[in-house]
Parts: sequence; structure tokens; C-alpha cells
Amino acid sequence: MSLRNNRAVLLAAAASVLLVAGLALALLWAPQDADQGFSQRIFYVHVPIALTAYACFAWGAWKALRLLWTREPRYDLESYTAVHMGVIFGILTLVTGSIWAKISWGVWWTWSERQLTLFLVLFLFYCAYFMLRFSVESGPRRANLSAVYALFGVVLIPVSFLAIRLAERFIHPVVFTRDGPQMSGSMFLVFCICLAAMLALFASLYTNELAGKRLDARLRELREALE
Amino acid sequence: MTYFADVAALARKDLLLELRSRDTLPAMLLFVISALVVFHFSLPSEASATASTGLLWIAILFTALLGLGRAFAAEREQRVLDGLVLAPCDRSAIWLAKAIGVLAFLGIAELVALPAYALFFEPVGWELVAAIVLADLGLAAVGTLLAAMAAASRARELLLPLLFLPLVIPVVVGGVGASVVDDPARYLGFLALYDLIFAILSWASFEYVVAE
Repeated sequence: MSLRNNRAVLLAAAASVLLVAGLALALLWAPQDADQGFSQRIFYVHVPIALTAYACFAWGAWKALRLLWTREPRYDLESYTAVHMGVIFGILTLVTGSIWAKISWGVWWTWSERQLTLFLVLFLFYCAYFMLRFSVESGPRRANLSAVYALFGVVLIPVSFLAIRLAERFIHPVVFTRDGPQMSGSMFLVFCICLAAMLALFASLYTNELAGKRLDARLRELREALE
Repeated sequence: MTYFADVAALARKDLLLELRSRDTLPAMLLFVISALVVFHFSLPSEASATASTGLLWIAILFTALLGLGRAFAAEREQRVLDGLVLAPCDRSAIWLAKAIGVLAFLGIAELVALPAYALFFEPVGWELVAAIVLADLGLAAVGTLLAAMAAASRARELLLPLLFLPLVIPVVVGGVGASVVDDPARYLGFLALYDLIFAILSWASFEYVVAE
């Protein structure tokens, strides 16, 4: 137990240090973007959050696969927690992307930004995941249904991405592209630190949330045993 | 080849049931025609021809949804699914048979919807027909699995559209794309890819949806 506590504390500490360092470097040290100026620095927050959200969904799908493979009930909670975190990071991606769109292009929403559109689809998809979970009695049935749905999600990500790229050809011509200047070395370093920070934040949140949910389940079991 | 014999028997059961009770199919037919009529009044007169193509795809999607909502109704009400799961056949056969039934209903609904669409709106080209055939396969494959999921939940009718719509956005993209651009091959290929990926995934995972 103490080992697990230690791990949670370590992860939280790593996440805080990396987050502070990453944000400080992104705001103060990273070179100014020639094209977009100061506002480009939201890149160091937005993109790592988006990548972390993908990592969450992938982790959730991996745990779902493990559940279906081994039928061990503990994977259900792990998969659920990862998807839960993924949705939180997904919402943050939508919010930060929206802010960036407003500053760069003057609109809060643009369908021509692929990642944002993809995250909107994923957001809707994973919200339905929660609806599904909350309307099935807990037990192996719910674990299986959630796991299958989580697996569908991770397959849907590349398929939707492809679909959105294809849709641009008839819905909108691509007006904005972000492939301006290539990243310089120092920009890439800051980006990597920010990405590591977000991943550490995910790991920390995941560990804590999982511990909380496990305690919750244990408490419910004890209550039922008492009644 | 007992697998395909099982599938044929199960699909036959569904089609026979529908032939005798006429629960779902008349509703789907009436719905798709009503939807097209509503679309006529929802399109301003200066709307382009491509707008009506988009609406046709929405009509197809919602007609499929209507059929899928009823797909497991008999199984649920009469507890047939428990019996089927206990039966000595591969569980994916249940999915395949049900998907064939859904596909048949959807196909028949479109046999009525497409001439009606041609009559009310625009002539129908071969690209549109090809895209609809490919899209139907994907809709039936994914929809049947999700309908089984929704049938296992408390929310049922409420849940199915929420599960279904985000998953079939790529089908809409492929379908609309194939029917409005000049070179539809890319979009038809995408639809075929979607069908392949999600049919395999649904086929492989159906067992976990129905079994405890």
C-alpha cells in the first residue's frame, strides 16, 4: 500500500514540476513565432493535451482488450478511469483549440481545423460511453459492453480522421494550414517537456482516480455485506 | 458449414417474423417518405441540389435507426436472446443473421425511398446507388452490434442514437462525398474500408455483448 501511495505522490510531484517548468519555458524561454507571435505559445499547451487525450483513449482501449482477453474484472475500472481522463483532456483540447482559433483566425470554431472536428466527434462518442455505462447494471455485462465500446473508439479515431480529411474536399476548401515554419530545436525541446508534463499529469490523475474508485467499490461491497 | 446454416436459420426467423407481424418495415417505409416530404419544406427554394443529397443521407440514417431500434425488440420482450446465447451455435452467427435482416429491411426501404427521392428532388445517379449499397453494409454491421448493446441497457431507445450517430459520421462523409464529387472512387473505397473494418470488429466482439 505504501508503495502505491509513494507512486501516487511521486507522479503528482513529477507532474507539478514538469508542468511548472514546461509552462515557464513555453511562456518565457521559447522563441517567439515569427508568424503568429505570442499567441502561438498556446501550442505548447494545446497539442500536448490533445496527444495526452489520445494516449488516454488508447490506454483505455488497451485495458478493455485485456479485460475481454483475461476476463479479469479489475481491468474494467482501469479502462473506465482512462476513458474518463481522456474525456477531460478532450474537453480541454476543444477549449484550448477554440481559444487558439479565436486568436489566430478570429472565430471560436472552424470546421476546417481537422483536430478540433475530430475531438468533437470523439467527445460525442465518449459521452455516449458514459451514458451506456450508467444505464447498465454493474457487473460483468457492463464491463463487457464498456470494453467493446472503448475498443470501437480507438478504431474510430483513425477512421474519423480519414473521414474528416476526405470531407474537407467537398465541405470546405482548406483555408488555414498550420504547416508554417518548422519547429526549431528549442521549440521542440519545450514541446517535449510540455508533453511529458501532460502525460505525467494524466498518470497522476489516473492513479488517484483509480485508487478513489477502487475504494468506492470496496466501500460499497462492505456496506452490502453489512446490510 | 453449420455456421452458415445457423445464420440462414436465424435470418429466416427474423424475416419470417417480419412477414407475419409487419411491425418494422411499414414503419420504416412510411418514415422515410415522411422525412423526404418534411425535407422538401425545410429546404428554401434557393437551396442547391447538393443540399437535398445531404438530406437524403440523413433520411437513410434515421430510417436505419428506426429499424435498429426494433431489431432486438422481439428478442428482448420474449427473452429469446438468452435462449440463443445458450444454443450450441457460434454467437457471432446471431449478429450476422440479425445484420442480414437489418440490411434487408433497409434495402427495401431504400427501394422505395430512392424513386421517391428521384421524383421529389433530383435524379439518382449510379454513384449514389453504389454509395448507398456500401453504406448500408456498414450501417447494418455497426448498428446491429450497437442495438444489441442498447437492448442490454435500461435506456434502450434513448441510448441507441447516442451510440450510433458518432460512429457513423464516417459513413455520412463517404456517402455524401461519393454522391456529390466528380470522382467518387476515393469515397466508395473509403466506405468499403469502413465496412470491412467495422464488420470484422463487430463480428469479433458481438460475443462479449450478449454473453455474461
